[in-house]
Amino acid sequence: MISEMNFFGRILYILQSYGLSYLTGAGTTLLIALVSTVIGCLIGFAVGVIQTIPIQEGNERTPATFLLKFCQMILHAYVELFRGTPMIVQAVFIYYGLAQIWGVQLGMWQAAFLVVSINTGAYMAESVRGGIISIDPGQMEGAKSIGMNHFQAMTSVILPQAFRNILPQIGNNLIINIKDTSVLSVISIVDLFFVHKSVSGALYTYFESASIVMLIYLTMTITVSRLLRLLEKYLDGSENYELADCMDIGNQMHKKGA
Amino acid sequence: MEKILELSHLGKSFGNHIVLRDINFSVKKGDVISVIGASGSGKSTMLRCINLLETPTSGEILFHEKNIISKNNDIPSYRSKVGMVFQSFNLFSNMSVLENCIVGQVKVLKRNKEEAKEKALQFLTKVGMEPYIHAKPRQLSGGQKQRVAIARALAMEPEVLLFDEPTSALDPLMVGEVLNVMKTLALEGLTMIVVTHEMSFARDVSNHVVYMDDGYIVEEGSPKQLFSEPTQEKTKAFLATILSEK
Repeated sequence: MISEMNFFGRILYILQSYGLSYLTGAGTTLLIALVSTVIGCLIGFAVGVIQTIPIQEGNERTPATFLLKFCQMILHAYVELFRGTPMIVQAVFIYYGLAQIWGVQLGMWQAAFLVVSINTGAYMAESVRGGIISIDPGQMEGAKSIGMNHFQAMTSVILPQAFRNILPQIGNNLIINIKDTSVLSVISIVDLFFVHKSVSGALYTYFESASIVMLIYLTMTITVSRLLRLLEKYLDGSENYELADCMDIGNQMHKKGA
Repeated sequence: MEKILELSHLGKSFGNHIVLRDINFSVKKGDVISVIGASGSGKSTMLRCINLLETPTSGEILFHEKNIISKNNDIPSYRSKVGMVFQSFNLFSNMSVLENCIVGQVKVLKRNKEEAKEKALQFLTKVGMEPYIHAKPRQLSGGQKQRVAIARALAMEPEVLLFDEPTSALDPLMVGEVLNVMKTLALEGLTMIVVTHEMSFARDVSNHVVYMDDGYIVEEGSPKQLFSEPTQEKTKAFLATILSEK
């Protein structure tokens, strides 16, 4: 009977029968993408910050420097490994590998969050490193000249600016994650793409289901990209400023002095 | 007068390129020292060495008779006592004018927010920038930025303030507003080391002038002595060139 309907009729029929499944799938997709992007960013910031710690002149041979270099080497390997292999393979590798080798049986949800997070972390690490080295070295010198240590300078001066500059990159990663969670169907995550496969397999309506899924993906990604633009605007602050009232400043200082 | 800072046989090289050779001089409390010389003579590098933004390759820097180049010295706490004003201002672009002058006091000196704000306003008023406390650095002119940078350094209440060509990036009108602030500070007895191309400042405001060339201190003395009766040929040649340009 579905074969007798026209294109829109079939779409309507699919939505009536499976609408909720699509929505649940989309929810799963969005949840994994959002949570993993946030965790990935945290990983990325940590890795990026450690990788940009400078080695002080004259301290090249101390144990602390050796430890730092060792950490940087490990983190570099992490970035190369997870940036250089497909996420679909990483998912299989981690989900089945951990179980087989270490006997750690991750739930598929845990595996999903883990894979997408560390994958995003590897990309973000490089974005953060780029963000940090793109900040004018004068900012770091200014911070050091008033006695801040490296950590204080990073958290108060460099990272807030780097964060603003790499926000478009974070947006990129979030959008990529919304789309790429589709590969998690290999570890049986019922995301939007999994729903599409089931529905189109059951009804033989590949094109119709794909149209629905395309629209849902697009709605999610465009919404996210708009929201991030708003965040950028908010962070940039106002282009104008108010001149402070000198009398007011004087009063404030007198009140303290009195 | 109490000796605050002493450079002894200070040397600095970048690879094979020697930038500073055997620099010796001392700074007493209240001194206003101008360092003059052609570009590339090592004056900025010397100043950056004093603040340890560059690590000297040889010699000692004594701060209250303690060598600050030694390994276990607490560099950030030393830097908080030796302020620096840069040619390119280096104000924190993610903060307002007021926040620029507060952050160091709170993070480094551990002052509470209220006290830090009060100090910040006091020094911003001194440099005439108190109406602009809510502005971001990108909204200010060069001269205004430099005055805020001076207030930021002063808010840390340093024992010595280093100026690295503070007016070189400014147009002539703005040079005046920054130099006026510096003159006031000098008259109030702040200890200053100023790397500068402003000969009028060196001659009229400082009490000691150092002439550098090719990484050496060629000649030093009172402004009167150095400008009126220079003894070295190089100093005479430099002064002849730079004063004829004016």
